[in-house]
Amino acid sequence: MKITRKDVETVAFLSRLAMDEAEMDKFTGQLNAILEYVDMLNKVDTEGVEPTDHILNLKNVMRADEAKPSLARELALKNAPEQEDGYFKVPKILEG
Amino acid sequence: MAYEVVIGLEVHTELKTQSKIFCGCSTKFGAEQNTNVCPVCLGLPGVLPVFNAKVLEFAVRTGLALNCEILPFSKFDRKNYYYPDLPKNFQTSQYDLPIAVNGYLDIEVNGKTRRIGITRVHMEEDAGKLVHAGTINKSDYALVDYNRTGVPLLEIVSEPDLRSPEEAKAYLEKIKAILQYVDVSDCKMEEGSLRCDANISLRPEGQTKFGTKSEIKNLNSFKAVQKGLEYEVYRQTEILEEGGRVIQETRSWDDGRGVTLSMRNKEQAEDYRYFPEPDLVPIVVDPDWVEEVRKNLPELPDARKARLMKDYGLSDYDAGSITASRAMAEYYDVAVASGAEAKAAANWLMGEVSRLLNNSGQLIETCPVTPEKLAGLISLLDKGTITNKIAKTVLENMWSSGKDADTVVKEEGLVQISNEGEIVAIVERILAANPQSVADFKAGKERAIGFLVGQVMKETKGRANPEVVNKLLKEHM
Amino acid sequence: MELYKLTAHELKDKLTTKEVSAVEVAEAIYTRIDAVEDKVQAFISLTKENALAQARRVDEKLKANEELPALAGIPGALKDNICVEGTKTTCGSQILANFVPPYNATVTEKLNAQQTVLVGKANMDEFAMGSSTENSSFKVSRNPWDTDTVPGGSSGGSAAAVAAGQAVWALGSDTGGSIRLPAAYCGVVGLKPTYGRVSRYGLVAYASSLDQIGPITRDVTDCALVMNAIAGYDHRDSTSINAPVPDYTQALVPDIRGMKIGLPKEYFVAGMDPDVEKAVYAAIEQLKALGAEYKEVSMPHTEYALATYYMVATAEASSNLARYVGVGFGQREKGEDLISMATQTRTQGFGAEVRRRIMLGNYALSSGYYDAYYLKALKVRTLIKRDFDKAFEDVDVLVAPIAPTTAFKIGEKINDPLAMYLQDVCTVPVNLAGVPAISLPCGFKGHMPIGLQIIGKPLGESDVLKAAYTFEQNNDYYKRLAPLGGA
Repeated sequence: MKITRKDVETVAFLSRLAMDEAEMDKFTGQLNAILEYVDMLNKVDTEGVEPTDHILNLKNVMRADEAKPSLARELALKNAPEQEDGYFKVPKILEG
Repeated sequence: MAYEVVIGLEVHTELKTQSKIFCGCSTKFGAEQNTNVCPVCLGLPGVLPVFNAKVLEFAVRTGLALNCEILPFSKFDRKNYYYPDLPKNFQTSQYDLPIAVNGYLDIEVNGKTRRIGITRVHMEEDAGKLVHAGTINKSDYALVDYNRTGVPLLEIVSEPDLRSPEEAKAYLEKIKAILQYVDVSDCKMEEGSLRCDANISLRPEGQTKFGTKSEIKNLNSFKAVQKGLEYEVYRQTEILEEGGRVIQETRSWDDGRGVTLSMRNKEQAEDYRYFPEPDLVPIVVDPDWVEEVRKNLPELPDARKARLMKDYGLSDYDAGSITASRAMAEYYDVAVASGAEAKAAANWLMGEVSRLLNNSGQLIETCPVTPEKLAGLISLLDKGTITNKIAKTVLENMWSSGKDADTVVKEEGLVQISNEGEIVAIVERILAANPQSVADFKAGKERAIGFLVGQVMKETKGRANPEVVNKLLKEHM
Repeated sequence: MELYKLTAHELKDKLTTKEVSAVEVAEAIYTRIDAVEDKVQAFISLTKENALAQARRVDEKLKANEELPALAGIPGALKDNICVEGTKTTCGSQILANFVPPYNATVTEKLNAQQTVLVGKANMDEFAMGSSTENSSFKVSRNPWDTDTVPGGSSGGSAAAVAAGQAVWALGSDTGGSIRLPAAYCGVVGLKPTYGRVSRYGLVAYASSLDQIGPITRDVTDCALVMNAIAGYDHRDSTSINAPVPDYTQALVPDIRGMKIGLPKEYFVAGMDPDVEKAVYAAIEQLKALGAEYKEVSMPHTEYALATYYMVATAEASSNLARYVGVGFGQREKGEDLISMATQTRTQGFGAEVRRRIMLGNYALSSGYYDAYYLKALKVRTLIKRDFDKAFEDVDVLVAPIAPTTAFKIGEKINDPLAMYLQDVCTVPVNLAGVPAISLPCGFKGHMPIGLQIIGKPLGESDVLKAAYTFEQNNDYYKRLAPLGGA
């Protein structure tokens, strides 16, 4: 077992996903199968190999500091599930 | 047991660019909610960031001013956490390769200079603002304004080198001064463009191992930094004295109640899952360019203070006060360049001008009397055109009318009277009216002449030259 | 002559000679859609009103004898993860079921400048995660060659629409094979350009370091025409390549004498259908006979590409998809407080595959596992890229299969994620290396098309198109039309 049910619970919270017992079992099984497959990477010797996080050798892509017109507020809020007084509205936030 | 206090500060400062860090929206403070937003800073599906070159320049300038090493290869990373003020639910920041590392600055507390290490300076985007109906835990809902989302920030992290709340405050003041000198931030704590969090722990004196720290949020004024940390020293001392254990946690400073309150335990802290930002490419700075930025750095507070002491003979205290803010230092330099005698200029600036600023709640940046006009006033005083007492009146008049000293003095007829002929008649009249004082003086009571001088000055509305008055009084008694 | 059967370049000729009008072409396409969409299920939404308005504008210009761009008045479809201002863009997901972008993707702007006619938004696997288009929240698209089989994915709607004559051309996006696999399964042409050649601005992100938009067309000539329209530097995409764009139609020369082609033997994986293998080898023989110089090359890290891909792609996806919490846009489910609202929104709004990949990605990035999974994958990615660099020292293009099999039956692999992932084994190395690759038909197994993959050097699209064009013109696979049959 690569990933335990406890791990799956933790990752579900990090992912903001809920699941019932049956789904938890199913996900645990499926993720284990995938991770066992992925474990083949351990066979590769990567000693001294630099990671590739960008495939292109680009650097220093920047824009000049110029203010451009913003979106009209109605458009900015158009896709909001809920709004009030020109604000996006969200349910109450419980601090930990 | 005696404890040593160990403090490290994380300072966030908003950079005064025209546009946001990854999009062209304006960074202007105080716009109506959700009007400085676009698809990019709203994090709409499909958008991509493009880095603002000015942010890099400001970051390098700041790093150099803080004696940092500028990393030749730097990159952005995503810090993943969920909060509604963060539209993408990740903050684009810098993790393992920040733009600047290993710097320091010197602070002075109670005449002692201490060097405080700067771990790193990194670039990131600011989050939006939440508006709660009532307090955060009692409100049924929250409202979100994304205007601030994507405003460029620098985070400046110190080493745990600070040893008292006073030092922490002095450090923050020094950071603010430097940021203003290098002209990268407004540093308005009241508008949130300079913010401060602190890590603080206690350890028995002599112990090298750090104690358990708490992270204090919401230290958003110089006073809060000092008061909040003082409270935390008290709180942790109490716990340790009672044989308890400080727990690692995040606490928030409640300015109104004067206490820190627990927010969350560090144990259950978010796992930020940092990884390289795939939508932004690395930053490779040209060492020649860095040298050019270094060469073009303005004179920094420490150097400026030393110059004022050396060139103008100002005291350590005056030079320090004047150079604590760039605007004040600049005001001073202009006044001196406009002909004001250096020490007099310092006295006026630290004295009357500061008093009037405080009274009217204004900043030196918006001082209604320009440094050139202050220099004019000081030179009238120097030449003996007006008396010191009149000069204060003239300054107040200049403050409200905007006129220069010459004009005020002429219009109000405040020119000092040094002509003996003009004064002598008044002297005689005062002597005649105060025989008792004359008798006292003659009996050897030197102080009696002070009263008589005062009477003459009163008669002349302060315009008479005090030296001439003194001389005439003595002659005529 | 049924207009829906024509290619873009054929229609362009007829529009120029005024044999037909743009409105007639658009109407022919919508008539075809009306006739077959029930069977194919290629579209999430149709934009008929806008399309006809655009066709009328083109007709006015044609009437005035204005010179028009190559794709003016030619009806095409966009995968529904490409933003069109004011038009619903769902990404195949319930969570974006009502999302209307207030902005255009860069490719949309470029196509508008071409005065193309946008027919509608094509179905796709939710957030481009899938190889069959069965993961769409809205419908399962069908393969026009056999409607009991999948069209491939994730750009299954785009490929099916082109194969069924419901669009002359389409755009897809390819993160691990999502253009090439459906193109192969549906017997059409699909090109994944070099990473950075086409702007990603306005493409709803799945895995940012791998995603690339590209054309799906009926022949190689149309592929070159669409590439001409969409390729190029974009200042809004920091990973865009700032290099001149060649005229890709210049590559349409049926002559590959002297071109060096390589065969990476590692692409013939265990489980490869012998008929697919045979067709690919036959294609190579044919290219050799046409004058290509052949060389077998070795790319030893190929077998690790799929595992690498699933770590890199899901890690990026977990972060890219964190924004779908029902705050600023998208669907929201009820919840007592913010966390429960976000959790409910995501749990109900995302399908199983998306949830699985988000979980996998968050696991790979979480503390304690980052080095073992994510960082390890980035290092192996370096080795995979080096395999390509080395191979391209000796050859101009690589020739390989697209997938181990032809299209599979609907439902066949839906409960076995790993088996589904294995369909991408020949396509993901290309995304990891950032190089261009095309898929074009090279034969049939029974009545189902087999795809041939031609892979080029970075920015080597012209070589790829030239080899593909030569092969295409020496065969007649591209002339066959999907029968739209099924059980």
